[in-house]
Amino acid sequence: MQPACRAPFELYSKESGKSYGNQPLSICDESFTPLEVRYDLDAVKGQVTRASIEAGPANMWRYTSLLPIPEGFEPDLPVGFTPLVKAKNLGKRVGSNNLYVKNDAVCFPTLSFKDRVVAVALANARHFGFEVVGCSSTGNLANSVAAQAARLGLKACILVPADLEPAKILNTQVYGARLVRIDGNYDHVNRLCSLIADQYNWGFVNVNLRPYYAEGSKSVGFEIAEQLGWRLPDNVVVPMAGGSLIRKIKKAFDELLYLGLVEAKPVRFFGAQATGCSPISTAVKQDTETITPQRPNTIARSLAIGNPADGPYASRMIREVGGYAEDVSDVEVVAGIQELAETEGIFTETAGGVTTAVTARLLAQGRIGTDELTVSVITGNGLKTTDALAGRYELGRAVRPRLGDFEEYLAELDGPTAVAPELEPELIPAD
Amino acid sequence: MSIRVMLPAAFARHTDGTKQVDSQAATLPALVEDLGTKFPQLGSHIKDEDGRLRKFINVYVNDEDIRFLGGDTYQFQDRDEVMFIPSIAGGLR
Repeated sequence: MQPACRAPFELYSKESGKSYGNQPLSICDESFTPLEVRYDLDAVKGQVTRASIEAGPANMWRYTSLLPIPEGFEPDLPVGFTPLVKAKNLGKRVGSNNLYVKNDAVCFPTLSFKDRVVAVALANARHFGFEVVGCSSTGNLANSVAAQAARLGLKACILVPADLEPAKILNTQVYGARLVRIDGNYDHVNRLCSLIADQYNWGFVNVNLRPYYAEGSKSVGFEIAEQLGWRLPDNVVVPMAGGSLIRKIKKAFDELLYLGLVEAKPVRFFGAQATGCSPISTAVKQDTETITPQRPNTIARSLAIGNPADGPYASRMIREVGGYAEDVSDVEVVAGIQELAETEGIFTETAGGVTTAVTARLLAQGRIGTDELTVSVITGNGLKTTDALAGRYELGRAVRPRLGDFEEYLAELDGPTAVAPELEPELIPAD
Repeated sequence: MSIRVMLPAAFARHTDGTKQVDSQAATLPALVEDLGTKFPQLGSHIKDEDGRLRKFINVYVNDEDIRFLGGDTYQFQDRDEVMFIPSIAGGLR
């Protein structure tokens, strides 16, 4: 279903003010800073309404009016509109009465929020006529580019650090993508992609298609607001790798506000990183937007970008809105994964462990209030990083299929008193 | 002593398409000055208001981020390969 109207958009540089129209380009050739997408929201004011959005499909394409999608593109992959879950049990555990989890661990088609950004990037890749698309990735983006390129009939060449989690490698190869493991960390891979993009006429979703790609992240913000009944939360806790997502969620809120679809209120943004790769949280804590690069050393590999492109902007925005950023150890990351799974039945990858642990810490620090409406953004699925939990659980011995053996086994585990009492006769269903 | 400097496509508009150049500069600030002499238009664009290389431009020396080598104080070695890459794909300087 096509939206009633689309806000006209173009690329421009915030630094130099130069406009670049619409083309596969990511860098301003005057300031050498990243290009952004800007919209003529006045052109659709009054036409994009809550009702017009709600009449759209039950996926991220209901917000097509506010995304950089080329004319004529008919989206047919139902990406997004993931659950916003009231996390009562987790909230009780970490000291919040008003905690929500935005669960992109179930985003379609590859179980991470990267499906959103890739959907927008590849819509433009096809529009610009690229036959080959690619990316540098810590895993989730690789999965998503591979899957959606297959669907669109595009060839994919994907570059990843050699030590990536095996599940993420397999989840890229299965779609028929060419996967190249690079002997280096993500920053090395990224640099190589930049050189390839200079030489080859390929559409790199996070290089020459990056302005479009990044805008797909806004759909997370649109959904949070709509799912809260067209209102904004008090706080959002967002994992940070390159630092783009946290800014795009704010951009989504700002656009909804400009269009009169939500009421104004102060929203504080909190960034989450692993201590083993925390260049942005370090900058926020030092009250600066100067990013000092780090050599990543953490199990949260999807966040392990030591030299984050949007880091200065993320740090600036967080500080401007009175937010903060925290980072947690790998031990806390694993605990965060387990806590979210045990309390809410949501199995997240290591990045979600980071976000959950940071949310808990911010509540413990009093930076987030108990009754404030807080959304913790979970961006990927735990099935992709099961190696992070290696050795955490025992299988136990196999038990013979006899009631006595079963009870003996429970007693072995928990002691004789733990064996379940016999069912009361009245609770036994009649035949 | 000579180093080889690789320039990205984003610079090409200011270098008449040149993407590779040799330099005798000993440090990064000296190299920025040298590039400004060789390509005056580029020189005015890659420096910020304080005359330093813009923070959104990364510099690599033989695959290593120059900040891990001492940044502005790093002394180039003969035949070093120096690469300039805008931050969009490689983080930022």
